[in-house]
Amino acid sequence: MNYRLLFPELFLFLWIIFIFVLDFFWDKEKTNYLGWFSLLGLGITIALVFGSGTGRLFGGMFLADSFSFYFKLVFLSASFLAILSSIDFVKKIEKYRGEYFGLILLSTLGMMFLCSAGELITLYIALELTTIPLFVLSAYLKKDFRSAEAGIKYVILGAISSAILIYGISIIYGLTGMTDLGLIQFSLAQQHLRFGPFGPALIFGIIFFIAGFGFKLALVPFHMWAPDVYEGAPTPITAFLSVASKGAGLAAFIRIFFVSFNVYQPDWVMIVAVLASLGMIFGNIVALLQTNIKRMLAYSSIAQIGYIMIGVVAFSWRGISALSFYVFAYLFANMGAFISAITFSNVTGSDEIEDYAGLSRSSPGLALFMAVFLLSLVGIPPLAGFVAKYYIFASAIEKGHIGIVVIAILTSVVALYYYAGVIKKMYFHKSEKEVNFSIPFSLKLALFICLLGVLIAGLFPTPFIDLATKAAQVFKYW
Amino acid sequence: MLASSWLIPLLPLVAFAFIVFFTNKRPKLSSYLSVGAVCGSFVLSVPVLFEVLKNPITSEFKFTWIDLQGFTIQMGILIDPLTAVMLMVVTIVSMLVHIYSIGYMAGDPRFSRYFSFLSLFTFAMLGLVLANNFFEIFIFWELVGLTSYLLIGFWFEKKVAADAGKKAFITTRTGDLGFLVGIFLLVSAAGTFNFNQIFHQIEAGSISTGILTVSAILIFAGAVGKSAQFPLHVWLPDAMEGPTPVSALIHAATMVAAGVYLVARTMTLFAASSSAGLIVAIIGAFTAFLAASIGLVQNDIKRVLAYSTISQLGYMMLALGLVGLTAGTFHLMTHAFFKALLFLGAGSVIHAMHTNDIWKMGGLFPKMKITAITFIIASLSISGIFPFSGFWSKDEIFAVAAEYHPIFLLVAIIVAFMTAFYMFRLCFVTFFGKPRDKHKFDHAHESPKVMTIPLMILAFLSIFAGWLGIPWLAKGYSSFVFFHHPHHAEPKIWLMLISTIVALSGIGLAYLIYYKGSISAEKLKEKFSFPYKLLFNKYYFDELYQAIIINPIMGFANFLFKFDLGIIDWLVNAFGNFTLFISNVKEWFDTNIVDGAVNGIAWIFKKACTGLRQIQTGYLSNYILVIFFGILLIILFKIA
Repeated sequence: MNYRLLFPELFLFLWIIFIFVLDFFWDKEKTNYLGWFSLLGLGITIALVFGSGTGRLFGGMFLADSFSFYFKLVFLSASFLAILSSIDFVKKIEKYRGEYFGLILLSTLGMMFLCSAGELITLYIALELTTIPLFVLSAYLKKDFRSAEAGIKYVILGAISSAILIYGISIIYGLTGMTDLGLIQFSLAQQHLRFGPFGPALIFGIIFFIAGFGFKLALVPFHMWAPDVYEGAPTPITAFLSVASKGAGLAAFIRIFFVSFNVYQPDWVMIVAVLASLGMIFGNIVALLQTNIKRMLAYSSIAQIGYIMIGVVAFSWRGISALSFYVFAYLFANMGAFISAITFSNVTGSDEIEDYAGLSRSSPGLALFMAVFLLSLVGIPPLAGFVAKYYIFASAIEKGHIGIVVIAILTSVVALYYYAGVIKKMYFHKSEKEVNFSIPFSLKLALFICLLGVLIAGLFPTPFIDLATKAAQVFKYW
Repeated sequence: MLASSWLIPLLPLVAFAFIVFFTNKRPKLSSYLSVGAVCGSFVLSVPVLFEVLKNPITSEFKFTWIDLQGFTIQMGILIDPLTAVMLMVVTIVSMLVHIYSIGYMAGDPRFSRYFSFLSLFTFAMLGLVLANNFFEIFIFWELVGLTSYLLIGFWFEKKVAADAGKKAFITTRTGDLGFLVGIFLLVSAAGTFNFNQIFHQIEAGSISTGILTVSAILIFAGAVGKSAQFPLHVWLPDAMEGPTPVSALIHAATMVAAGVYLVARTMTLFAASSSAGLIVAIIGAFTAFLAASIGLVQNDIKRVLAYSTISQLGYMMLALGLVGLTAGTFHLMTHAFFKALLFLGAGSVIHAMHTNDIWKMGGLFPKMKITAITFIIASLSISGIFPFSGFWSKDEIFAVAAEYHPIFLLVAIIVAFMTAFYMFRLCFVTFFGKPRDKHKFDHAHESPKVMTIPLMILAFLSIFAGWLGIPWLAKGYSSFVFFHHPHHAEPKIWLMLISTIVALSGIGLAYLIYYKGSISAEKLKEKFSFPYKLLFNKYYFDELYQAIIINPIMGFANFLFKFDLGIIDWLVNAFGNFTLFISNVKEWFDTNIVDGAVNGIAWIFKKACTGLRQIQTGYLSNYILVIFFGILLIILFKIA
């Protein structure tokens, strides 16, 4: 047994306990340092991920391969940025500051297990470990009516989607008697050979899986929770939800669908294609009329997951590579946009797009950052979003999926309208009130990291694409 | 050592960024930063030259920038003797012009901005020289054009300056269009942007001659624009509206030489297609003649120099077109020094007299000794008087021309005569004779040291830089920069004699007319009134372009504008309204159908109980219903 593979997870777990204990012993003034301590822990975890190597543990329950490596880096970076952007924010919370950071780390730990899970029960438990801390975090501002509401909605809908997923798992287990992802594929293929095609049971199972993960990914029509929760939750948590939580769902989705249901690809790829197209159309069009920046970004992220799913539809290693790179580019652009919104609302106390008027004068730096992140989300060269979109479209065209690419490009045009709307507000409208912007160091650092990410991945995408391609080559089934 | 040459262009870029973001409000500091950066570039360029001198091979350092399966773009730097020479020329002239500018631009309200532009230009020019592929060179090519535009229009309050900037930009862009298409054509045939790889393919004969010829001519179009060759030469004289140090740096020594450099860099292409080479030579010769003849009668000191630049660039093109890489680039180097000196000298005079009109000057020699002496040295050099730099490089060009066809030699000799004449016309009118404008003359004074020292350094180079290419030298310029194999033309004494006689007679004629006055300029004017008018109005090129290109385009643009207003705008608005309408429908759909029809009865029930509408549980059940309804739909869709 090579326990070294588990070192990052073990370390992070111990560190979380350490954070909780520190919170217990320290008085309130010192708890400000907990955020920096959490960041230190994440930094060490990232180093451990680099050093832990690849292999299988516990008979294939835990897989450490280049795919999980790639996604672990994405989750840890997202967690890092979320905590960094929370440090200033937490000062507003009266109690339980340490738990706030601990819960983010706990959710991150769940994500790390999730993308390494090679078996359905492990996968389910990891999913719960990911989601349950997020329920709490969404409702963290419990005196804020909207935050409490977000928490409740998230819990109930999350529970229902879990139930659906469990139902799907039980159907698949019933059909094959297996929980190991690789063995499920094997068993399904064998039965298919011996007894001919499956009846509706398998289709039900697959659809329940899509619905269960669709909730995590905010795929239309399982997206209903997203705008309300995104709007109500504390903004750093929203940012974390929109990137890391989605990435985790995506990683598990790919593991199951590209391994277990690999052979039944014709059965599910059409469903994914339709849901992705609906997401792009619905998300982008509804975002047009939003007046709240968090709500707008929520709808935009519903649309973005549609673009990401194009990589799944392509069903090739290039598709997975493109999708993984897309997640990477999306990580920095979307986190960056949310962090800009956090910075803005810290100073002005507002999330309304209307109030962004004249930002280019009151804080030219922040306006520029926001503009760059939004432009990357649209996919304007030379930013990361452009390369990501280009690559993912190319992967789909290569496999002959022209229709979905046409929808994607047309809806991108619609997206440009609302993203550019914010930029227009910032640059071409005057504001009545003078606001004095002083941005705390932690937020500045977070913004710079995101900007660097967006620029470097846009100008020099090759090393990142190589890494994503390596991750994709774990799935060598075709 | 060579691998770190990418630092050379980087320093000015850093200076540019620093000035823009930090020291914009502190002019002194900005200028020091800028000068420091270019000095740094110079210091870094010197070891590159020595390295290449020691071991004259082509080295390339590159990294993969974009890798799309099957097509990669590798950015990087290419260092060979030509690059090393160009690095020296660009950094030396740029450094001296930077220093000179501290004096010339003193007190300008946009002093920092001026230096930031100058740094940006230096970055772009050095990048252009170091580029190892067509993609990279095109980026820097355009960046150079942009900075040129910014600097010509630096005093944008003056309408002429702003217009001149626009004219320069648009005219050169016309040529760049050809350049770009040429690159596309060549790259699509070769499958790579990389210079060396393309040249290998050309020499291996794997690209058809037809494509080679067409792409060579198109790429040459870019050079025609940048190097102000006929028929795109019209922008350069107008560009003289910019600050004079800018004219010296950009519009005499470096940027305009970029076209020549481009042809030299892609020599393989022009050597492989003899017809393209011949076109280059013919355009070069024609331009040299045309511009020199216009230069004979202009009255603005800078314009004379501008036409002289065009004419000398024509010389270089002539040599390159006849595959005289050594001659063309050698003249590029010597010309950079003496032409920069001429411009800086002219700047010094203008600084003192506050006018560009030579007929308002006169008798300045005793008042501005350093300026006058250095100016005369440069004039002797450009006229090709033994043993100044220009003598040796011009001689190389004559030798190349003579080898190919006597007609080229004839043109070159006539141009040399005219060059000597108009240069000494300038010298005699400006520095000798009686002061023509008493008031201005009394206020004239020698320029400060920060301006005269660069003049003296350039004067030194104008005399001695050419000695590198003395044909009797065993290891001279021709054994360093060459195409394929060193070109050892036997030094032709008779040619040297002819060129000296021609230059001296040009100077002599100018002496007789403008110093002694034994031949009256006025009488000549009357006698040859038609050619005079033709030349004075620059063969009416500007008027011609106005009539046949600009007016029709403006007319068409006007038509398009009306079309735009009437039809396109209407369409755009209609489309916008339509999208808004769809969005409204969708919004309505979202609130009424998705949230409503799904849970129709409950919805109506809720409608009735308006008081309870705000309660969130109602929505939550909606959401759950949507999820299940969604699953149901998918299942139906799958099973059916």
